[in-house]
Amino acid sequence: MTQYVALLYYDKNQYWDSPPEAEFAPDYTEFARRATEAGVMRGGEALHPVTMSTTITVSGGKGGDVLLVDGPYAEAKEVLGGYFLLEAANLDEAVAWAAQNPGAWRGKIELRPIAPIHP
Amino acid sequence: MNATDTLVEVLRSEGVRVLATLARTIGDLAVAEDALSEATITALDAWPKTGIPDNPRAWLAVVARRKALDLLRRESARAAKETAAFRWGTGAAPDQIEEGVIEAMEPETSLRDDMLRLIFTCCHPALGREAQVALSLRTLARLEVPAIARAFLVPEPTMAKRLVRARSKIATARIPYAIPADPELPGRLASVLAVVYLIATEAHAPTGADAVALIDLEAEAIRLARLLAGLMPDEPEALSLLALLLLTSARTAARTDADGNPVTLAAQDRTRWNRAAIAEGSARLSEAVTRSGGVAGPYQLQAHLAAAHSTAPSWQETDWGRIIGLYDLLGSITANPVVALNRAVAVAEHHGPAAGLAALKTIVGLEYSHLWHAATADNLRRLGRASEAAGELQTAVTLAPSEPERRLLLDRLRALRPELG
Repeated sequence: MTQYVALLYYDKNQYWDSPPEAEFAPDYTEFARRATEAGVMRGGEALHPVTMSTTITVSGGKGGDVLLVDGPYAEAKEVLGGYFLLEAANLDEAVAWAAQNPGAWRGKIELRPIAPIHP
Repeated sequence: MNATDTLVEVLRSEGVRVLATLARTIGDLAVAEDALSEATITALDAWPKTGIPDNPRAWLAVVARRKALDLLRRESARAAKETAAFRWGTGAAPDQIEEGVIEAMEPETSLRDDMLRLIFTCCHPALGREAQVALSLRTLARLEVPAIARAFLVPEPTMAKRLVRARSKIATARIPYAIPADPELPGRLASVLAVVYLIATEAHAPTGADAVALIDLEAEAIRLARLLAGLMPDEPEALSLLALLLLTSARTAARTDADGNPVTLAAQDRTRWNRAAIAEGSARLSEAVTRSGGVAGPYQLQAHLAAAHSTAPSWQETDWGRIIGLYDLLGSITANPVVALNRAVAVAEHHGPAAGLAALKTIVGLEYSHLWHAATADNLRRLGRASEAAGELQTAVTLAPSEPERRLLLDRLRALRPELG
């Protein structure tokens, strides 16, 4: 068996929190129920919109200055290479942890809060 | 100051202090802001009849706290689960917060910490610069949204949305309501000072048509700088920023003529400079020098430059040698072509136009700045190369960002005509 991460991309005007998209919510729930029952779905969360995200990078290699940018990382020449889930008390703590991951100096890490919408 | 001005001033200066503590005790900045806004409306209604209370802060704190608890109860009835998830506080549910638990008046030391928490939250680097500026003027300086929108020439709904999004990010991304730890403090403080500096420089930028309706951003920047210097008396750069803004503001009245046209520093009527602001700025600068222990930061160097100009009896009698030295130091910590341009102007005054021209030629990155072409034209004119000077002025005219500046350059071009023959 192989594990896959499924990354969901949307047009920002068709994001799940926009009112017209609410009609699809039962379909997501149904998918999650079936995939979980089948043992396929190992986790997953909805994310808050990109306006809530913070992108960090450590300049000059390990231990360098931690730089923060308001917003998502949107650069065509770099691609999403993975994800990890952090649980921290606040954004400063999350940044402090993320800044220790090599991804922060080899590339960029976007921190997006997870939306607590599951029942 | 008339009665209304006094009342508004008390509401602004005490309001931010009440807000700072309320945000911590109820754990939600947005709710605290709404509660303070409601308390302010109540005060604006009550105070003209009763007079300003003996202790306006305590009055506001009690009313705002009551409003906040009402808001939280209403909110918790609506979506208890969600609000609990978005709290940064102790984890107490809103209905567990009893009025008696919250002190109406905090001791001064804890008030100082709350003010610093509020400031560092509003200028947190996870917020964009525009959001930091908007929050600083709304949340810290207590200005109304329409006034801030006009000052930045954006529609009111745009500014309102910017503030809503900023507050929403603070809550959703859980930006902590905290004073940064020592290792982070220098960088975080620099970010706060940059916001205040930006507000001040925005005040110097060419203003829109309805200049009458604009708030005095320069005065607001000084107000914020004063607040920071008061809260962090041991931070030399906070003192230096206040000194710089005071020294620069001293020249504001002389910076434009009766018709609103810009007047260059060389041509300004120095009797119109504000001597009190220069004296206060110089005093803050000497304090900063003492605090910094001989290591001048970028704001201190800029304040020294502003002081060198403000204390010179005339443009000709300015200590250009000292100014060149200060620009050299500034250039060594911030590589900035505008610093190099100002340095080249000082070089021209100190060593003559040929040296000035040579210094200007070494600058990279100002090819599209009207200021670089105007400075080059000035040196060429002084060297008797009038037709080259006219060419540079033509370029400067095309690049000028505002009508008054364009007019100033056209006047110079006209003045060259006799020399062109």
